[in-house]
Amino acid sequence: MTCESPSAGATAEPTPSLTATTPWRSYGGRRRSTRTSRVRVSAVVAGATVLAVLLVPPLVQLDQQAVDLSAELLPPSWAHPFGTDDVGRDLLLRCVYGLRVSLTVGLVAALTAAVLGIAVGATAGALGGWADRAMMRAVDTISSVPHLLLGVFIVAMFRPGVWPVVVSVGLTHWVSTARIVRAEVLSLRSRPYIDAAISGGASRRRIAVRHLIPAVLPQAGLAATLMVPHAMWHESALSFLGLGLPAHLASLGNLIQGARGSLLAGQWWPTLFPGLLIIIPTLAVAGLAGAWRERINPRRRSELML
Amino acid sequence: MLELRSVTAGYARNEPVFDDVSLTVTPGEAVGLVGPSGCGKSTLARVAALLHRPDSGAVVLDGEPVRHWRHRAPRAQRTAFGVVFQQPRLSADPRLTLSDLIEEPLRATGRRETARERVAELAGTVGLTQDLLGRRPHEVSDGQLQRACLARALILRPRWLICDEMTAMLDASTTAALVAVVESYRSATGAGLLAVGHDRTLLERWCDHTVHWENLTASPTPGNSL
Repeated sequence: MTCESPSAGATAEPTPSLTATTPWRSYGGRRRSTRTSRVRVSAVVAGATVLAVLLVPPLVQLDQQAVDLSAELLPPSWAHPFGTDDVGRDLLLRCVYGLRVSLTVGLVAALTAAVLGIAVGATAGALGGWADRAMMRAVDTISSVPHLLLGVFIVAMFRPGVWPVVVSVGLTHWVSTARIVRAEVLSLRSRPYIDAAISGGASRRRIAVRHLIPAVLPQAGLAATLMVPHAMWHESALSFLGLGLPAHLASLGNLIQGARGSLLAGQWWPTLFPGLLIIIPTLAVAGLAGAWRERINPRRRSELML
Repeated sequence: MLELRSVTAGYARNEPVFDDVSLTVTPGEAVGLVGPSGCGKSTLARVAALLHRPDSGAVVLDGEPVRHWRHRAPRAQRTAFGVVFQQPRLSADPRLTLSDLIEEPLRATGRRETARERVAELAGTVGLTQDLLGRRPHEVSDGQLQRACLARALILRPRWLICDEMTAMLDASTTAALVAVVESYRSATGAGLLAVGHDRTLLERWCDHTVHWENLTASPTPGNSL
């Protein structure tokens, strides 16, 4: 309606005014308000998740491993808001503990990946020439193998535990950060201010530490933040395959893996709630990271890098 | 003595920006280099400041041929040059305040103790107020930023100044002020100057002698013989 025959509209109605009724304005306004509400919702959800994970275990003196065979597979009720599992353990408590493990693994793995990615990317970009080409071909080789396959291979080399999972996720997810950092460093190092620093007697290391790394940190930090949900998913996937965390340690992936059987028997709650707890906090983190990206680079549209 | 002997340089293999150029600057002398835009005079300035390795030819500094470029050049050799570029925005790290920007060469060469007084002294010389020193590059004008860049170039007391279109972005009064700062520095220290630009009138008034790009190249290539 808005774009067809402006002359017809002009004759039928008295002078249309260029105020808030013009289509692009109202569109822009609505976009901005959904964006801020998205950020708020994301912040509240992420904050609530972190608080729950930090506060519930020390404050609520309940044993997440407490087995109650008289209360097995109860559907959600006031006593057990998320229901109980096949040996009568409270699923809400299990989910909070599971989220704690998954979130820790996600954060540490993302941090590992970010540090590795920044180191490799900054080195390749700063050195340039054949060193850069060799390092980036190695990066291409690593990224050509599916992440999960490589992750499974790494996990399989160690005894089950938290650290092998962290190492597996960290070692397979630094590649995108390395590419982003290298591209930034390459574009920065031909700037005249790097020339000025060389004339000012700065060593290679000083240029990297003083000028290059601070400049790429916002981008790299963003990549690392977007890596947190990815790492959580990866941990869940490994645990679901039975290769991740040991079965006694509740993680979201383990919970879903353990409840697979009851799903076929019609008990939906032992898989639904851990599943939601994987999706909702990761979307919240991704939403916050997207807002950050729009802040540091308004021209690039934010998208999830999952 | 800064000598460029039949230098050929460019950014891609087999595509030199200029070919077989020779130029000499003696200590205390001011040489102006005039040329049309895109002819390669900025590249020549970067070669002279040891910031770009030439494809062939030699740069001879005080009788000694230069063997290493950029980071690999010995620090004493690199810091003998103070370089001021055309665009102050691009030649200032956007995260540093102007006072950090000016003292950065002192910190990089491990002379942090003297930094504060040297910055205050140079800020007065180039005409920057205390208030401006605390600001970041995006909070000052091009002219103010170029003053800071000149102060940074002078802080290590270089023996050679390379001004690559230093005044192209500036108004007449700032141009006059910066040229005056360079000239008083040169008369106090006896430093040599290579000033590159396209403003023939300015360079002819500023420098002891001015060379034209066409007279510099022995065999001009079709692309740059405008």
